[in-house]
Amino acid sequence: MEALISLIIGVLTACGVYLSLRGRTFPVVLGLTLLSYAANLFLLVMGRLVIGTPPIIVDGTNGYTDPLPQALVLTAIVISFAMTAFVIVLALKTYKELGNDHVDGIHKP
Amino acid sequence: MNLLIIVLLPFIGAPIAAGVSKFGRLHAAWAAGVVALCAISLLIPGLIDVFSGEVLIQRLSWMPLIGLDLVFRLDGLGLLFALLILVIGLLIILYARYYLSTQDDMGRFYAYLLLFMGSMLGIVLSENIIQLLIFWELTSLSSFLLISYWQHRHESRSGARMALTITGAGGLALLGGCLLLGEITGSYELSVILQSGEIIRNHSLYQPMLILVLLGAFTKSAQFPFHFWLPNAMAAPTPVSAYLHSATMVKAGVFLLARLFPALSGTAEWFWLVSVTGLLTLLVGAYIALWKHDLKGLLAYSTISHLGLVTLLFGIGTPMAAVAGVFHIINHATFKASLFMAAGIIDHEAGTRDMRRLRGLWAFMPHTAMLAIVAAAAMAGVPLLNGFLSKEMFFMETLHGMDQTWGWLMPAGATLAGIFAVAYSLRFIHNVFFDGPPVDLPKTPHEPPRWMKIPVEILVALCLLVGMLPALTVAPILSIASGAVLQAPLPEYDLAIWHGFNPAFWMSVIALLGGVGVYFGFSAFLSLRTHARERPGMKEFYHFLLEGMFFVSRSFTRLLHIDSLQRMVFCLILFAVLLGTASFMTGNTALIGEREQLPIDGVSFVVALIIIAAAMGTAILHRQRFVSLIMIGTVGLGVALIFAKFSAPDLALTQLSVEVVTIVLILLALYFLPQYTPVESKPFRRGRDVLLAVLAGGGIASLAWAVLTRPYETIADYFLTQSVPGGGGHNVVNVILVDFRGYDTLGEITVMALAGLGIYAMLEHLQLKGPSHDTFKRSWDEDKHPLIMASLTRIVLPLALLVAIFILLRGHNLPGGGFIAGLITAVAFITQYLANGTTWTQTRFPFDMHTIIAIGLMFAATTGLGSWLFGYPFLTSTFGHLDWPLVGEFELASAMVFDLGVYLVVVGVTLLIIVNLGLVHNSSHNTKIRHKIH
Repeated sequence: MEALISLIIGVLTACGVYLSLRGRTFPVVLGLTLLSYAANLFLLVMGRLVIGTPPIIVDGTNGYTDPLPQALVLTAIVISFAMTAFVIVLALKTYKELGNDHVDGIHKP
Repeated sequence: MNLLIIVLLPFIGAPIAAGVSKFGRLHAAWAAGVVALCAISLLIPGLIDVFSGEVLIQRLSWMPLIGLDLVFRLDGLGLLFALLILVIGLLIILYARYYLSTQDDMGRFYAYLLLFMGSMLGIVLSENIIQLLIFWELTSLSSFLLISYWQHRHESRSGARMALTITGAGGLALLGGCLLLGEITGSYELSVILQSGEIIRNHSLYQPMLILVLLGAFTKSAQFPFHFWLPNAMAAPTPVSAYLHSATMVKAGVFLLARLFPALSGTAEWFWLVSVTGLLTLLVGAYIALWKHDLKGLLAYSTISHLGLVTLLFGIGTPMAAVAGVFHIINHATFKASLFMAAGIIDHEAGTRDMRRLRGLWAFMPHTAMLAIVAAAAMAGVPLLNGFLSKEMFFMETLHGMDQTWGWLMPAGATLAGIFAVAYSLRFIHNVFFDGPPVDLPKTPHEPPRWMKIPVEILVALCLLVGMLPALTVAPILSIASGAVLQAPLPEYDLAIWHGFNPAFWMSVIALLGGVGVYFGFSAFLSLRTHARERPGMKEFYHFLLEGMFFVSRSFTRLLHIDSLQRMVFCLILFAVLLGTASFMTGNTALIGEREQLPIDGVSFVVALIIIAAAMGTAILHRQRFVSLIMIGTVGLGVALIFAKFSAPDLALTQLSVEVVTIVLILLALYFLPQYTPVESKPFRRGRDVLLAVLAGGGIASLAWAVLTRPYETIADYFLTQSVPGGGGHNVVNVILVDFRGYDTLGEITVMALAGLGIYAMLEHLQLKGPSHDTFKRSWDEDKHPLIMASLTRIVLPLALLVAIFILLRGHNLPGGGFIAGLITAVAFITQYLANGTTWTQTRFPFDMHTIIAIGLMFAATTGLGSWLFGYPFLTSTFGHLDWPLVGEFELASAMVFDLGVYLVVVGVTLLIIVNLGLVHNSSHNTKIRHKIH
């Protein structure tokens, strides 16, 4: 399972990197979203993979998973939403202002 | 803590003054006046203690862990300066009320003035030198605002920038000096530093520390060669000049010399550095002042010269010289403030400050002329006025080194400066008020309003009283202030007007007679009035340096910055990959550790395949934007499943709801953007990018694998054991968010609010044209809001809101909480907008999202502040259990209010973004011209 999760994180990173190297704003926004998925997963699994032990205190359980990465990731998800929203609106605004959606603001033939 | 309140009062008053000016032009002046009066009255209880020789030290614990306290100190020196700042400040407030015209924004002026006043009070009342430094920098910043008050004028902006650059650079040097001082003495508190003079002077770091501290003091006090910012700061409104250059800003530098006098003085380095700088400044300032045609320019250079005099006195370093320095600080503040105000009145009433045109004003404004003449005479050091007394003491002190070779230079220089001081003071009097009728003035001068003269009258009266009855007026405060400077018993001195025919008397006589001779000689033979010579000086050198620095930084930027985001990102990732590879190579441990691995089950395998396929689909099909958006949605849902699988229910819920909002948002945006990405890059480039992406992905994957297969230590036990007894919640993730790390969460929701506001700013007034039909050339459906969907969502809304509230309330103990509940609520409303249209929903849901965000932030912040009321640190939470009828036992925690704040911010920001984008859509439907999709 560990290898599978690592593979997923790797694929997400690779796709994210590839997209963020593109020349138009929309794929770059998608690329950043993929990268944030990868980063969030990576952070979460730093607490190692554990099944069926959520960090909710109850009697008679066999341990809890590490709550700290989860707390970090939870806010990271929300913040990355705000970030995605910001860049996509920025993309809209520049498209309107510059007449094209190239990341450098220059229309390259 | 009355010292803390005295310092904070102006800072609190500043926004109030700015706010009340909306209701009336003069309200701001009243508000500022009340603030200054309150601060003065708060100072009164301390007077008795300080006059009986005590030093008040008040301490407020701030960051005890790293030993930082807010410490304030009130001793004689601090009291003297606080009084100067507040009393002259009050007079300036009164004066400015008449000076500013109806076009000037009163609120802004008084707000800046109060900010500056608070910063100055902070400097003179600080016990900790780092704290002093912070206020020091605040004076640089607030004086920048004051000098550039008339923002539309070029010289105001450039003068303010120059003042900020010079004093800011000096502040940086002072920071270094203070750190070294702390290093030497082991404490940043003045009480310790002032007692460890011996240690400081014999330390190996003494010289660098002294130079850095002096750089700070000299730049602030406009000492040669840093003096040139002061005349350029004359572009400020005259009340500002009167305040900054008499009692405050420039006096901060000499205050620092006085404050650290017992710790730093008494060495050869101190003597040479300080006294030579002082002497040069004294002479240069006095000489240039005579040649200025601008009234304020003359006063500016005379200020430089007088500051040089005070610096020279501290440089001489004898106890008596220090007393004279303190005395001259008081005298200079009174006569220079009144002179600046008089110059402002002349400018105000005659329409010019040019001394080539101003003449014979005595005939038009005798009252003002009288006041100005007395103040100028005090500046020249005429007997029976306060300036004479301190100048006499100054002349006496310059004689100390007479027994050494070149020892005569100092008294000679002092006398020469005295001659010029008399000459320029005489020019101020004779040129402006007499010497024939005025030459084509813009308006006919007349006396100013009665109350505009009151501050000048008070200050001139002080000049006279101190000059004639020194023992009855200034003696007590002078003695306690000097005592605080010396930190030792005072020398014997006599404040009498007549000391007999001693050398100082003859020096005064030479200065007075010589000054009269020089003025009339120069105006007869060198035609002082028509003289127009501007020699390049330090100002040009400063501009040369500045341009040079800009050039260097521009070249450096050009070297690093490639004008293409793609290439920059490529380089960045490539470098990261190389760094990672390098450390992989140098390590010699196995990639995989020994930790037992989980088996792969069928469902997980299938889900993993779907995620991988969808991610790759997003990348491969990215030219078809709509398709790739659907793909990325699948990835997001897959990630939520992973969260759910690996014991993170909170994350799964958050991811799920965020995914919905994100996809809706990107869909809305995509409507306006091109639907396809054109092929631009060549196959080689794409191949190169794929290679880099695979390397980066492979690197991250192996890193993750290496970590996952190794056992680890965690700090989680603390949170797991403390969650229920300490935080009162069973859901540890939520307790961490709202309690243990509540401060971080507060920061995060603030960032979120800012992002929302930024987006709002970008979307406001944005007009976009939408396409007229879809990518397959089909026109849009006429039925924008299908009936079934519309009705269904209306029924679902209350249920969805109920779920959200449930999730919010249970968040402390079960998966849920403010973030998730906020997102669910937002989704519920967004569905309404989607199904029923923006206008329909907007009219039924008339809440202003800005207000909701603000209330949310306020809830979160006040919960934190609330714990202060009970004497706990910021954001300490408390909880208790309530027994509700019917509901049963119910837990109430203060953290839940915090979570409510989080909830409101999340709802507000999400809706603010989506609804505003929706409004752009709405208006695009109404635009007739639509462009075609390519």
